[in-house]
Amino acid sequence: MPQEQDEKTNYVYQFGSTKRAVLGGANAAFGMPILALGASYLGLGSLVRDMDLSIWFGVFSTFTIWALPGQLAMIELYGTGASILVITLTVSLVNARFLPMMVNVMPVIRSPGVATWKYYLSAHLLSINSWAYLVQRGPLMPRDERFPYYIGFALTIWFAGMICAALGFHLAGVVPRPVSLGLVFLNPIYFMLLIILGIKKPAIAFATCIGAVLGPLLHLVSPDWGLMATGVIAGSFGFFLGRFWERYQQKNGGAPHA
Amino acid sequence: MLDQAMTEYWPWLLALVAGIATLKWRVLGVYFSGQIETTSPVFDWVSCVAYALIAGLVTRMIILPIGTLQETPPEARLFGAAIALVIFFAARRSVLLGTFAGVGLFVAMAWQT
Repeated sequence: MPQEQDEKTNYVYQFGSTKRAVLGGANAAFGMPILALGASYLGLGSLVRDMDLSIWFGVFSTFTIWALPGQLAMIELYGTGASILVITLTVSLVNARFLPMMVNVMPVIRSPGVATWKYYLSAHLLSINSWAYLVQRGPLMPRDERFPYYIGFALTIWFAGMICAALGFHLAGVVPRPVSLGLVFLNPIYFMLLIILGIKKPAIAFATCIGAVLGPLLHLVSPDWGLMATGVIAGSFGFFLGRFWERYQQKNGGAPHA
Repeated sequence: MLDQAMTEYWPWLLALVAGIATLKWRVLGVYFSGQIETTSPVFDWVSCVAYALIAGLVTRMIILPIGTLQETPPEARLFGAAIALVIFFAARRSVLLGTFAGVGLFVAMAWQT
């Protein structure tokens, strides 16, 4: 028992009950996540209008896909008249990142009190935002509060995304062009800083840096497979560099920090 | 008549099919996470792949955008990204300040052209 008490005092985030953890997650979403994501989805909404699609198409695709880069790719390919097979394959490839992200984040949110089917049901809610928040804050809260926190956070930004997709449709043409472009640009900038914030291990830092360089280069080689190849190649390099780095440090008795 | 129905409904069908194609990865992720020990090197490797993928996606979106950002000057995007990084670190890792500084500069530069 004393050990558990000791642990309790160390939590940076503690809500006290499941319900309050859900609200805590929702509360965390109000702020930078909704601001950045909302702005990006305003951009999506204006793109939907650019393409002469219905306002409900922006809302519906946010409901079904819930991943901005994939949605943008789908709408642009639709505009070029690509076939449903090509579009689906592209969206699938762009969003394949969710597989490693999910594997990475699940150990953080998994809790003995939560039935497995709930993870499967809530899997659809995972996005870069909730992933980044969970990887960073999840370990700082009691295990049984992490899943409700995730649900509260993810549901809130999901609905905000749908609302903003609709708002953006009406906003297009009202705000000056550079501003609506700025809304679209906000997306990669925000993600870039979120990723940097989440880097904890040397291997991850290596992987991120190499990935940042390889991403555009391999996209030039193959727009379809470039992103996947970037993940596997840069991720593997980073992984092995991290191992060498740790071995080197051990050999030198943890020299730089000692 | 079938043709008309197809053109009317096919964007919706597309969003549904693309949604399922996306959901598949998330569900597979939950499944595989139950099969891999967090202490195993495989888990570390998958984490590295996740970070590398997103980092690659982000720089690709900034340097070689696919959509409407294509019409913006590359230097506006590059300087915007650079100032976002500088302010982020200068403001003790503030995502808020970094993002707004970067986007602010980008909008100002895009306005000039």
